Formats: sequence, structure tokens, C-alpha cells
Amino acid sequence: MSRALQLVVNGETRSLEIDDRTLLVHALRDELGLTGAHIGCDTSQCGACTVLLDGRAVKSCTVLARQVEDREITTIEGLAPDGGMHPLQKAFVEHHGLQCGFCTPGVILTAADLLSRDDAPSDEAIRHALRGNLCRCTGYQGIVESIRAVGAAS
Amino acid sequence: MIPAATRYARATDVDHALELLGGPDAKVIAGGQSLIPVMKLRIARPSLVVDISRLELRGVEERGGAVHIGPLTTWAELADAALPAGLEAISECARGIGDLQVRNLGTIGGSVVHADPASDMPAVLLALGGRLAIRSPEGMRDISLSEVLLGPFTTSLGPQDLVTDVVVPTPAAGSGSAYASVEHPASGFALAGAAALAASGAETVALTGVGATPFVLQGDPRAAIAAAEIFGDRFASEEYRRGLAVVVAERALISARARSRA
Repeated sequence: MSRALQLVVNGETRSLEIDDRTLLVHALRDELGLTGAHIGCDTSQCGACTVLLDGRAVKSCTVLARQVEDREITTIEGLAPDGGMHPLQKAFVEHHGLQCGFCTPGVILTAADLLSRDDAPSDEAIRHALRGNLCRCTGYQGIVESIRAVGAAS
Repeated sequence: MIPAATRYARATDVDHALELLGGPDAKVIAGGQSLIPVMKLRIARPSLVVDISRLELRGVEERGGAVHIGPLTTWAELADAALPAGLEAISECARGIGDLQVRNLGTIGGSVVHADPASDMPAVLLALGGRLAIRSPEGMRDISLSEVLLGPFTTSLGPQDLVTDVVVPTPAAGSGSAYASVEHPASGFALAGAAALAASGAETVALTGVGATPFVLQGDPRAAIAAAEIFGDRFASEEYRRGLAVVVAERALISARARSRA
């Protein structure tokens, strides 16, 4: 049975009608058209669906949409204001941090969480933080270099 | 994957949560990092999920000779928490659980009562003598973790029992503790994990990932592991797991001793 819910996504309050069982990733993609949160494994392993919840990276396939009512959700679409590029997005272009791009939104949002706690993370800290994001193109080296570059510039 | 149809209710306080849990097939949700995956697989099909995640049951506080950990404390919060000397195993274990996203939502209380036979923190709590405070409609009670964990995904808790505190005695001055594990590289779950507490004159080791529940080794660790009931599966045979248990127990003991002043 659908019921009303309000979510605060990328700074805007959005109203939707969803079932109680609806997962956050489905609410974002199917109801709000925010398809940057990808569905990869759908088993809480791959991190492609990662979004920020009050600034912390979470897997949106493993959260009920109703649990996050009135909390701040940031998707890749809202990371940089006004259609610009976030420093992480620029760094991923410059340092070959992506190839097919499927995992990239999740990786970048995880990196945003890491950099908010540690503005110059070591390679070890970067790799530890990326444990929950699977990439099958880059071999991770470009991703680590991209995140390291943003850390070094801070 | 989509969970089976369910209803959602958010508890406003512990009494409200207990009242909601009185309904048939109601289930508590906190961080959801164990429950939602099994709901998506439809192994769990609660008719009502009772969200306790906004209750004031979080944070770490030392008082009265014990450290009180709110059951809603996330792994990320626990990894960063200031803990008294001797409880190093708690932060060491919390830092290695799951991945960054799981640590941001997953809670210590939820993990313990999920009773996964390979989860890490129960071994640490067992080695440190951890206890749980439980609220139910009958009142409050205090129970040791070993009495809670009965088998894989099975506890002695009833449907209207809610963990309200995870209590760990402050170790004697000069104690040290550690957690060591060998993980399955994909799932991250422990193929064998060991927590050790080294205090003056006494050492305690608890294992996880190797039996029906995490358990404390009695007497000499090597002899206890040789005699223990260890299971094998497609990831690690019984013989291999028994060998790993010896390795992780030894590693945990070595670092616990190094951290102690005993």
C-alpha cells in the first residue's frame, strides 16, 4: 500500500507516494528520476548505489526509503552545485579514475565521505575506504590517484 | 530485489517500540545492514518493521567500572570512540567490519542479536566478558552474551526483548586486548577470527567464524582448539579452519600481550 513520504534530496524537499517496503535506491531512481545511484549487485556488496546520508556514504539498496525521512540525502547529481563539477569529478577525469563509469558515482560519494573526515588521506586509508566499492575496469590505481590528488590539493 | 510487502513504524521511545513489537511477526530495524539483505532475499518476511534508529540508545560512556555502549552506536562511531586502555580490541574490530558504508549504518546491538556465527564483534565482547541489558514488557534484565547466543542466527531473546545497553567491564589496569581474523576475500566475513584479553595472570581468547556461535576457549588455547567442534564448508574445510583458528588466536594473543603491561 502506497503512502506519502517526504525526502530531502540534494537540498530540495521532494514528495512521493511509495510502499513501506520501497528501498531508497528505487525511490531515488524510479520515483525521483535520479538515476546516478546505480543498481549493480543489489546484494550490498558493490557500492554502485552509494549516496550520502547526512554526509556519510551509505548503500541506498540497503536502506528503506522511510527510514531516511527528513534526513539530508545527496546523490551524485547534487554533489556539485549548479551543474558544475566537484573537485573529485574533475580529478577522476584528469587521473583516469574511470573507464566504463558504472561504479563511478558510488566511488566518488564514498571518497567525498572519506575526504570530509581526513582531508589528506594516505593510500592505505583510501584503499581501506574503497573496500565497499567494486570497480572492474580501472584496477583501482587511477581511482586512488584521483582521490589522492584532491587530498593533496586541499 | 524487493522485500516482501511489509508495514513500517518508527518508534518514538523504548516503551513505544516494545508496544509495536507486540504485534505478530514484528521485527526491529536499526541500521538495517543485516536485516534488509535477508528481507531482500525474503528469508525474513516481517509483517511490521519497527524502526528504533532514532531512539537515544547510542554513544559510549564509562561509569561504575564498566563501559556502556548504546546498542545503536554504529561501527564508525565505535571505531572513533575514546575507550579506556585494555579495550583496544573493540576499536580494532570495529574498524575492520564490513566496509565504510556498512560501518556508517550498521550498529553493535543489531549485529550482536543477528547472531551471525561469523560476525566479528561477538568474539570481542565474549573475550571481554560483555553483557547485554534487555528491556521487555516485564521489565529490565541483564544477561551475559554467552547466554544470548544459542546457535546460527538464533538467540535466547523473545520478540518483545530489546537490547538497551551493551556493557563491557573496564579491564584491570595494565591489560591489553586485540582482535585478529582471516576474512573471506569477497564477503569479508571471518573464516576464523579471535579476540584476546591479556590481563595480569590471566588470558582469555574467544573465537568466531568456526562454530555454531562465537565461543570462549577454556584452558590452553591450542588444546581447546584441537578439541573444539569446528565446521567446514566450501570456503574452508574443517581441518583448514582449525588451523586458521590456531593462527588467529596466536596473532590476537601476541598483540594483546604487546599492548598489556603484564
